[in-house]
Amino acid sequence: MGDPTGFLKVERRDRTYRPAEERLRHWKEFVIDRDPGESSKQASRCMDCGIPYCHTGCPVNNLIPDWNDLVFNNDWRNAIDRLHETNNFPEFTGRVCPAPCEASCTLNLQDTPVTIKSIECEIADRAWNEGWVTPQFAPRGTGKRVAIVGSGPAGLACAQELARRGHNPTVFEKNDRIGGLLRYGIPDFKMEKHLIDRRQTQMEAEGVLFRTGVHIGVDVTVERLMDDYDILVLAGGAEKPRDLEVPGRDLEGVHFAMDFLVQQNKRNAGDDEDRAAGNRTISAKGKHVIVIGGGDTGSDCIGTSNRQGALSVTQLEIMPEPPASENKLLTWPHWPMKLRTSSSQEEGADREFSIVTKELIGADGKVTALVCERDSERVELKADLVLLAMGFVGARVEGAVEQSGVSLSGRGNVDAPFGEFRTSNQRIFACGDMRRGQSLVVWAIREGRDCASAVHAQLSAEARRAA
Amino acid sequence: MTGMMRPPEAQGLYDPRNEHDACGVGFIANIGGEKSHAIVRDGLQILVNLDHRGAVGADPLIGDGAGCLIQLPDALLRDWADENNIALPEAGQYGVAMCFLPQDEDARNFAASQLERFVQSEGQIFLGWRDVPVDPIGMSPVIVAAMPVIRQAIIAQGPRAKDQGAFERKLLVIRKQTLNPLPDLAARKELPDLSDFYIASISSRTIVYKGLLLATQVGTFYKDLSNPLTVSALALVHQRFSTNTFPSWKLAHPYRFIAHNGEINTVRGNVNWMNARRRTMESPLLGADLDKMWPLIPHGQSDTASLDNALELLLAGGYSLPHAVMLLVPEAWAGNTQMNPKRRAFYEYYAALMEPWDGPAAIAFTDGRQIGATLDRNGLRPARFTVTDDNRIIMASESGVLPIAEENILRKWRLQPGRMLLVDLEEGRIVEDEEIKSRLANAEPYADWLRDTQYHLKDLQVPEGHENVKPLADTDRLRKAFGYGEEDLKLFLKPMAKDGDDPIGSMGTDTPIAVLSERPKLLFDYFQQNFAQVTNPPIDPIREAMVMSLVSMIGPRPNLLGRHAGTHKRLEVQQPILANEELEKIRSIHESVDGAFRTATLDATWPAAAIGNALEAAVQRLCWEATEAVLADINVLILSDRGAGEDRVPIPIALATGAVHHHLIRQGLRMQTGLVVETGEAREVHHFCVLAGFGAEAINPYLALETLTELGIGAEGQSKYIKAVGKGILKVMSKMGISTYQSYCGAQIFDAIGLSTKFVEKYFTGTATRIEGVGVEEIAREASDRHRRAYAVGGSTALEHQGVYAFRTKGENHAWTPTNVADLQHAVRANLPDKYRTFATEVNDQSRRLLTIRGLLSLKAAGPEIPLEEVEPASEIVKRFATGAMSFGSISREAHTTLAIAMNRIGGRSNTGEGGEETDRFKALPNGDSMRSKIKQVASGRFGVTAEYLVNADDIQIKIAQGAKPGEGGQLPGHKVDQHIAAVRHSTPGVGLISPPPHHDIYSIEDIAQLIFDLKNVNRQARISVKLVSEIGVGTVAAGVAKAMADHITISGFEGGTGASPLTSLTHAGLPWEIGLAETQQTLVLNGLRSRVSVQADGGLRTGRDVAIAALLGADEFGFATAPLIAAGCIMMRKCHLNTCPVGVATQDPALRARFVGQPEHVINYFFFVAEELREIMAKIGVRKLEEMIGRTELLEAETLVSHWKARGLDLGKLLYQPETKGATERFNSERQTHRLAGILDEDLISSAADALGDGTPVVIERNVRNVNRSVGAMLSGEVARKYGHAGLPSNTIHAKLRGTVGQSFGAFLAHGVTLDLTGDANDYVGKGLSGGRVIVRQPEEAKRTPGDNIIVGNTVLYGAIAGEAYFNGVAGERFAVRNSGAIAVVEGAGDHACEYMTGGVVVILGPIGRNFAAGMSGGIAYVYDPDGKLSAQCNNAAADLEPVRAIPGSGERPAGESLSEDFAGGNPLSWDTDRLHMLLQRHAEATGSATARDLLAAWPQSASKFVKVTPTEYRKALQLYGSHDEPAAVAAA
Repeated sequence: MGDPTGFLKVERRDRTYRPAEERLRHWKEFVIDRDPGESSKQASRCMDCGIPYCHTGCPVNNLIPDWNDLVFNNDWRNAIDRLHETNNFPEFTGRVCPAPCEASCTLNLQDTPVTIKSIECEIADRAWNEGWVTPQFAPRGTGKRVAIVGSGPAGLACAQELARRGHNPTVFEKNDRIGGLLRYGIPDFKMEKHLIDRRQTQMEAEGVLFRTGVHIGVDVTVERLMDDYDILVLAGGAEKPRDLEVPGRDLEGVHFAMDFLVQQNKRNAGDDEDRAAGNRTISAKGKHVIVIGGGDTGSDCIGTSNRQGALSVTQLEIMPEPPASENKLLTWPHWPMKLRTSSSQEEGADREFSIVTKELIGADGKVTALVCERDSERVELKADLVLLAMGFVGARVEGAVEQSGVSLSGRGNVDAPFGEFRTSNQRIFACGDMRRGQSLVVWAIREGRDCASAVHAQLSAEARRAA
Repeated sequence: MTGMMRPPEAQGLYDPRNEHDACGVGFIANIGGEKSHAIVRDGLQILVNLDHRGAVGADPLIGDGAGCLIQLPDALLRDWADENNIALPEAGQYGVAMCFLPQDEDARNFAASQLERFVQSEGQIFLGWRDVPVDPIGMSPVIVAAMPVIRQAIIAQGPRAKDQGAFERKLLVIRKQTLNPLPDLAARKELPDLSDFYIASISSRTIVYKGLLLATQVGTFYKDLSNPLTVSALALVHQRFSTNTFPSWKLAHPYRFIAHNGEINTVRGNVNWMNARRRTMESPLLGADLDKMWPLIPHGQSDTASLDNALELLLAGGYSLPHAVMLLVPEAWAGNTQMNPKRRAFYEYYAALMEPWDGPAAIAFTDGRQIGATLDRNGLRPARFTVTDDNRIIMASESGVLPIAEENILRKWRLQPGRMLLVDLEEGRIVEDEEIKSRLANAEPYADWLRDTQYHLKDLQVPEGHENVKPLADTDRLRKAFGYGEEDLKLFLKPMAKDGDDPIGSMGTDTPIAVLSERPKLLFDYFQQNFAQVTNPPIDPIREAMVMSLVSMIGPRPNLLGRHAGTHKRLEVQQPILANEELEKIRSIHESVDGAFRTATLDATWPAAAIGNALEAAVQRLCWEATEAVLADINVLILSDRGAGEDRVPIPIALATGAVHHHLIRQGLRMQTGLVVETGEAREVHHFCVLAGFGAEAINPYLALETLTELGIGAEGQSKYIKAVGKGILKVMSKMGISTYQSYCGAQIFDAIGLSTKFVEKYFTGTATRIEGVGVEEIAREASDRHRRAYAVGGSTALEHQGVYAFRTKGENHAWTPTNVADLQHAVRANLPDKYRTFATEVNDQSRRLLTIRGLLSLKAAGPEIPLEEVEPASEIVKRFATGAMSFGSISREAHTTLAIAMNRIGGRSNTGEGGEETDRFKALPNGDSMRSKIKQVASGRFGVTAEYLVNADDIQIKIAQGAKPGEGGQLPGHKVDQHIAAVRHSTPGVGLISPPPHHDIYSIEDIAQLIFDLKNVNRQARISVKLVSEIGVGTVAAGVAKAMADHITISGFEGGTGASPLTSLTHAGLPWEIGLAETQQTLVLNGLRSRVSVQADGGLRTGRDVAIAALLGADEFGFATAPLIAAGCIMMRKCHLNTCPVGVATQDPALRARFVGQPEHVINYFFFVAEELREIMAKIGVRKLEEMIGRTELLEAETLVSHWKARGLDLGKLLYQPETKGATERFNSERQTHRLAGILDEDLISSAADALGDGTPVVIERNVRNVNRSVGAMLSGEVARKYGHAGLPSNTIHAKLRGTVGQSFGAFLAHGVTLDLTGDANDYVGKGLSGGRVIVRQPEEAKRTPGDNIIVGNTVLYGAIAGEAYFNGVAGERFAVRNSGAIAVVEGAGDHACEYMTGGVVVILGPIGRNFAAGMSGGIAYVYDPDGKLSAQCNNAAADLEPVRAIPGSGERPAGESLSEDFAGGNPLSWDTDRLHMLLQRHAEATGSATARDLLAAWPQSASKFVKVTPTEYRKALQLYGSHDEPAAVAAA
């Protein structure tokens, strides 16, 4: 802890955004970096708590007090090493993590947590800029091959950790580019995708093989795969979206959020419309858009719709409006329920709470309006495009999961205990949303890392037995 | 009871080795050597008058022992010889062995025959056995039944003994040969009683009459002593106070040569070193007889007996009595620049021959021709003497032990620290300290010898061409192999190199002890530091640095008894931590110092590839190499783990050191070589202490230094690091009251925890270990685990974050976790029992995940499960709960009052902590709540301890030690002392406050009895509690405390928290409460003392399960601190020491205090949750009342732990041992102590002052007093304070005129309005806690002694005085006005350490003062009459200004007023000097008739110029900043 009284002297200052009207004109990130030096000051606010609640509030258990201290001392070089000790991809989490660490920061008792996320992001960005992030080679190969299905953050973290322990991981991705939801679920304005590409380069140098466009369970059977690999890791995410089971669901203009977002992300990546959307372009331009679901995906739909030129965007949330601020004494250091406004919501959206969609009405097969109920009162909302962002109900079972024959949990995820990550099949592991159900990027990284440790432990034990 | 009341065998956790004693000691002698029976009679009278310094046990007829040593009564023996037709040679040519023979006839006959046999074999003549006539009238039948057969063996000098000296030596050899083999013989002959045989004395000059007697019984029991034929020129008497009630006949004093009051802290090391001399000691006088005397000091004796053995050896070896005593208990010479150089040379020379026997000690000694006494270097025991006009001298622990008319007294004086008093009966005169010592210092050319033979490391060079060791390779991995982690760098190395201090932390340890940790721990972590509590005082190594020394002697020791030791070469270092270059100097010393030294470096590593028990083999190999090297004349061994690397694993260096040290001791070779350690492992202070404690004379921490270099910290930082280690070692030594590294070295001041007995006995012989644990295999595994991880292929080189001092997920386990803190807070805030259950489950489960010893215990049912309703209600249970001692100052007023209100609402108790309590809290609030803490703590600083404070207590707790930092004091820095804190502590805002490590009125067990008596006097209704910290032996201390009449004893575990403590103490001192509590319970029950005290467990209690286990182990009550604090909002920031607590708990910053959210309800909910959890447990195990659980260890079961690789070796059998009792009530607090308050003088004073107490009518009372009148005025003051508060009565309302020598604590806590006006003299602790009253002690008119040469009050006068006035017409002892907060005092001379830690008030000293004046004085002013300009040399306070008194008035009001100290009517202390001084001299003259004061006034104002004013700089600044006391506006504005 650089300065014991830093928190009394320095006010919290976080990164800010460019003005909404400006950022709506493009698809780039719009966070304004702080002045050089500001992060050091902000880091001095960290009190190096005897129990650092942030450290356990953070799913990857980032050594937050330790790197805050390094940043305070302008030792960015060691800070990235400390950060990488627990987090493979801090440049991702530094952008898209909701930062439960800050909720559990001791200073959040006064609503002024240390700007942990911004500091993390700056550590990562600086490290890349300085060329400090380089491939880390395993000293000696084990010759063990591991197939990882899915290239989202869980699969990537798992692959990187395995490669660094000398194993040979191959990551299979059904899409044309790696990254999973990280690449195609999150809009560019929240995280630009070249960040994933440079990680890919690093990982390839470390010995990770990427096989994109290979859909395990479709193109190649699991059985076939198991012939070639010592271990299979299922990291395919929780892709099955929750559907809206009301009359009118099959009207045109009603789409799952992910179908909408992926198209735009592909366009941003430079794909032509055919490659991005096939012949099923979904566009919000000139439309009244209703987003059903009040979560992060919903927000991403809002931001994307507004950038596409929607006439209006309305977001529906089934739950009542949460309080503006939480009762700290009963919530801290846990993640509190409270009203939050995302950058996308800030850019323009009507938010409705306690509202349940009862029916979709259309004309000529196209959706025109929603019939909803709010406080037992019937409400009709005009709609040209309805985006369903109501979360995911579990892993896609058909294909790889089905073929692998592993047991599933009651919630429709692959059953594997946390910490062990081994499924009902000795040789098959699972991690990330596929095991856990939908969650945060940072949880996916944690699962990927820990799963790699579990795989490594099993492979090492087998090697010892064989020796 | 068997035999002679031997202490019971070790059982459970009780071990007789832990017993302590202390006492009253005294002698009387006719200086001219004229023998008379009157001397014997007077000696016995002294004994009776020292009675209150002894103790009685559970049975009031059983004392701890008393005795008397006199010259051999020739007439008496001749009378007996005549009757029995024995031809007695003339006096001096026969000796008497005073024998305690076994009761068993066979054993007795055998014992007697053994003695007779050795008399014969040594060429002396056995004349016969004399039955000693005894009369057991009035003695306890238990004692009588156990009484030995007491006989005297009369032995005549044989023809070959050429003189009396030779005869005496023969007698010694006879005794040694007779007694040493007894334990073996007892076993072999199957005569167990044989080991009872004891020879109290065997001499042709002296004889000892002693036994398990009360003071009054010595004279009646031994008829010899009342026989007029018994004449002696001297009588040395002793009254013992033992910590428990298994005193035995043999443990009574005097011993052969000495009687002792105090304690030898270093005795374990001293005995080891003595026995290690076997091969290096020869004596021309003793010759071959020396070999017959081994062991010189048998193990398992008391410290005094051991010292007596050492002394008799030195005497037999030809040293004179004073010479030998000077060797054993030297003055503090190392840092004393004022000492005569020859005397310094003398001490320095002998430092290489004998390590000091260190500890608080008043030792009276005699060989029958000379009698004398000496005090330890720090003067920690009282010794007063009186010389009469009929040529007698009387020396005793206190003044007034023998009534003598004042006009017959020529001199009254005291023994000063390190000084000696010697009466030479043959020369017929008193030999003064100066004369004795200069005679001895000049006897040999010590300085020349030193010049020729003493090498100082700093003067040596590394010779050219010497090959330095290779630079270290791959240090990242090396650090990991040595177990380095991130915290080592962040919390230790870097801050130590930056600040030069041992780093500070806060809150308590909540991590598992090493043996329960999943992580590989260093062997160092298995040793917990011991500390002094009650039976001896810790030292303040900063303020009393003058007695401390880090000097270490490296290399072989000269022959202790040799004549030519002067030629022996010696190597000295100023401090034991060696930089690399210094080590190279030693390694190459054979090149630079021709021939005197030869070194060998022994490799302390083992091959990583080795299989099987490679560590054990490596240690064995190391020991053999050590032996071979020593036999090959290598005299400095360097144990080195520099060979560690990828292929070699370092032997845990503590193991290497302990193993070699003990191996060489066993072989008798240890004194022939020095032991230096070169290690990459040691880095924290504790590590160095362990190495020192097990024999390392110097240590080179090469990897720590290398790491600093790599961190960019250069030479300056490295020397700061070394300095920090040195300071830390001093602190650790001083915790145990040890002042020199030489005597700390090898003294093994540690308890082992979690190590197997086999392992400890082999490598750390003699160290206590109580719950077993790991052995060499597990230790090897920990070392190789570290090594394997460090050198794993592809493994990270980054250091791990150990997570010991702050939680980290991958680090050490903690009891408090992010989740359970949150669960607890949410539970208490919203009153959610389920949430509490989640919390408790996690904590209790954690226990099973091996965090604590209680986690290893499971509960068994006492009977069938019962319905919950049948269990006593929670509202009853919570009354047994208390919150821990946390001061207002360490925590905020908000936090403090929240706890108090909560505890008062539920009928529990809250604790003020040190530092007083604001008086507004004594009254209930309008809503019926009360912020008054029921427990009022009395800690060493005595801040805010007024009579009013004490009468507002339900419990008064004497804080001896604190779990987080036992043996240490505290410090509240000036910036934390705001006006509120200053007001309640009666100090000045902005001025830092120091709580000394010891209570300056508790240096030994009989002192605490006195303090308990004082406090009980002030508030008769209150329970007096004593807070101790768990360590091995705490049970014996607790027994002593119970005998000292405490009503309540707290046993605090090392887990307890703190607002600030060195990390070294936080983690490495003290033991878990489970061990201390169990030992306390067992020892108290064994002693029959348990029922009269209430025992409280404290330190890390969190859940109902914790409470259940504490109760079963023996607790009546339960203290909680951290948990209720967490309930009130603490989140374990561990930043209390920084004042930055972000939740307003441990801070005084108003902005942060505003963040405090705790409510009394939260705390109440917590305690009820705990109680309900406990009730559920009780229902389950079938217990209805908590009382029924206390001490029921049969309801506990130790779980077998096959799963945990380290913990499976644990054995909690001793913890669960249950001594037999006659009934359940003997297991818990079922009766009250019988305080002996009835009939004391104060009862008379109170009734005589009824009018004054009633309506303020002034009264004058006249009485005579004696030394048995103790704490005079305290009870009276309690009455005043109860009725009139701190303001008391108008001045002099109660005026007591007293005559005589009064007992201890005269005028303690004297309230305003009471004047005690004594003509005569007083003992120690006059005016302790003075609360506004006035104390006068003046010399009687009939005495013609010069007041400046006449001691009139004893040691530690005005300790913690709050307000009031004191006038003393004579000299005071040591530590005058120590920690004075506000009293005004005039005295005509004072001893060492005057005005130490003073924070306020005015002291005027009209005569000479001792050394170390004003040490740690941060406030108040002193005027010292200093005509010769000596003061600055005597003054130890770089931060005090010495200046002439100023005539010119400054700001503030002119001194005036009836009572000077109230509201400081003395005006602004920064000005008005001459007015103030003049007024004080006038008052002094008026009160005492002082001629000195009258002379000074007559020469006014010229005399004023001979005064020096002493003002602490900090005080001046604070007054300038905040204004003086009389300017409240300025204070408010600040």
